[in-house]
Amino acid sequence: MNAKFLSYLVKRLLMAFLTIFLVIAITFFVMHAIPASPFSSEKAKSDAVIAALEAKYGFDKPVTVQFWNYLVNILHGDFGLSTGWVGNTVIDLILGGFSYSARIGFTAGIIAIVLGVILGSIAALQRDRFLDKIIQIITTALVSMPSFVMATILLLVFALQLAWLPSLGNQPGGLILPIISLSLYPMAYVTKLQRSSMLDVLGQDYIRTAKAKGVKNSQIIFKHALKNTLTPVITYAGPMMAYILTGSMVVENIFSVPGLGRLFTNSMLRTDYMMIMGVTIFLATMIILMNFIGDILYKVIDPRIDLG
Amino acid sequence: MSEIIISAKDIEVQFRVRENYLTAIRKVSLDLYTGETFAIVGESGSGKSVFTKTFTGMLESNGKITNGSIMYHGQDLTKLKTEKEWASIRGVKIATVFQDPMTSLNPIRTIGSQITEVIEKHQKLSKSEAKAQAISIMGRVGIPNAAERFDNYPFQYSGGMRQRIVIAIALSCHPEILICDEPTTALDVTIQAQIIKLIKDLQKELGFTTIYITHDLGVVANVADRVGVMYGGQIIEYGTVNEIFYDPQHPYTWALLSALPQLGVKGEDLYYITGTPPSLFNKIDGDAFAPRNPKALKIDFAKEPPFFKVSDTHYAKTWLLDPRAPKVEKPAAIQNLHEKIARMTSKGGAFHVRTE
Repeated sequence: MNAKFLSYLVKRLLMAFLTIFLVIAITFFVMHAIPASPFSSEKAKSDAVIAALEAKYGFDKPVTVQFWNYLVNILHGDFGLSTGWVGNTVIDLILGGFSYSARIGFTAGIIAIVLGVILGSIAALQRDRFLDKIIQIITTALVSMPSFVMATILLLVFALQLAWLPSLGNQPGGLILPIISLSLYPMAYVTKLQRSSMLDVLGQDYIRTAKAKGVKNSQIIFKHALKNTLTPVITYAGPMMAYILTGSMVVENIFSVPGLGRLFTNSMLRTDYMMIMGVTIFLATMIILMNFIGDILYKVIDPRIDLG
Repeated sequence: MSEIIISAKDIEVQFRVRENYLTAIRKVSLDLYTGETFAIVGESGSGKSVFTKTFTGMLESNGKITNGSIMYHGQDLTKLKTEKEWASIRGVKIATVFQDPMTSLNPIRTIGSQITEVIEKHQKLSKSEAKAQAISIMGRVGIPNAAERFDNYPFQYSGGMRQRIVIAIALSCHPEILICDEPTTALDVTIQAQIIKLIKDLQKELGFTTIYITHDLGVVANVADRVGVMYGGQIIEYGTVNEIFYDPQHPYTWALLSALPQLGVKGEDLYYITGTPPSLFNKIDGDAFAPRNPKALKIDFAKEPPFFKVSDTHYAKTWLLDPRAPKVEKPAAIQNLHEKIARMTSKGGAFHVRTE
């Protein structure tokens, strides 16, 4: 088992490197195929200035050489210099943004999963009754509402009208509204997944067996059903956590949170090659990591799953 | 005969399906005697499972017992509603073995924990005592190296072994009544024979009463002391296994026996019953089998027949037994069934999978 797990880890690691390499290659060449340059702006710069800038950032070399240098630098933990935020390294900017995004994202993700599993289970157990119908209506509404509408409504109601909570992310308590707006969609989605999963499991023969054994309903749900219902939620929660941790462009912009999502949008607006590539690689790595954690969790839950 | 252990009287079960009511069980009465094996046969949808589910309060949530009583040790089981009221009966005194062992066990819990769960719950034993008892039961139902296999998961067991575990779970609290709901239907023939033998051996050893639901008459011939034939939500004929096989009275029993593939003649089509079972959404007038019975009498369509006594142990619900009824011969295929079967078994045929 241990040797098997080790070989599984090695395999996964190799796959991860390959995936990240492809992500780097694609973003790199797509970025360099874009006609715009990081130094093009309304204010015309002289050719000499642009040439000097390109030499400073190494953009004057052939693309293949640039790519090679980029790869080598990444292996040294160096993601280059930002052109949009002059004087900062890409890695510092990413980590700075990530510290905000991760705080919001982690809290929102956990809230979404816990509440979603609870609400979904309740809906399934109360199937077709009043509570189920209410939960269904609310989750359907939340799933179909775009996040910018949701965030704007929350901002309008709780920050402006009621003035209960601050509207900006850097004020005390300012992360509450972004956390709520970020958690609502995944929570509704998890609720729906969990409801159908619970209904499916409750109809299984082994639940009937447990009942015939004389096991109490509450114990049937906690000891026999719940663990069996979690697989779909884990499948969804892995990538969801990755996205939510790396920040939401919409929510962070609306609440002025200086997180990774906002950084990403701004770096696009500033055609900051280095930042865009850095954030993309970071996001890809997070997704790979979260999927890996999800796979380990499958194994923890279901002994039938054979890793490797 | 020994004493009655459980007595169902005029049981009627209805299911609410959308806005309609389906009457799945139409006034069924049955007395079971201590230690016997009673087989219930009938086609799918005849109400075999539903009827026995009333003994353990396991009806689906849209189903309800709308009439009758089930007397068990002076207690009317139809009156029990809550889990708490069922706690001392379901899984303890009356246990059930279900059809498909592949799906009857929780896939992500160990075999051992699924057995000890019942023992701990009903016998108030400590964890280690429960484990010791579980391992001894596993050995008893024929699991080799039971102690080593205690912590295995169901997917590490074969189908036959899983059914042994399901039986072990059912028997772990020494129930008085074991309901076997098609316990071998999902298994292949050799494993089927092993499981049937296992249940019989355990019954001899532990002395429980068995209700055996099946649509396999070959299994019935093997295991049953008495047989009840169900059709359209009713028991239409019951008697000892010999009486049902060799002196059947109801046209449906005749048809059922004629359809035994073992009675087929090489080169000829197998016998089958034409038509479809009655819809239980509608009120059924007369004999439920009449529309599919080519020799049905006029009265079969008008008035429900009562049970007529054939012998002290054999009753049938058909107007053919009324003294005024015309003589109707039973189909040729099942005349002299006794000799035919005897001939088949002597040639080592597959009919009697006698296991002892």
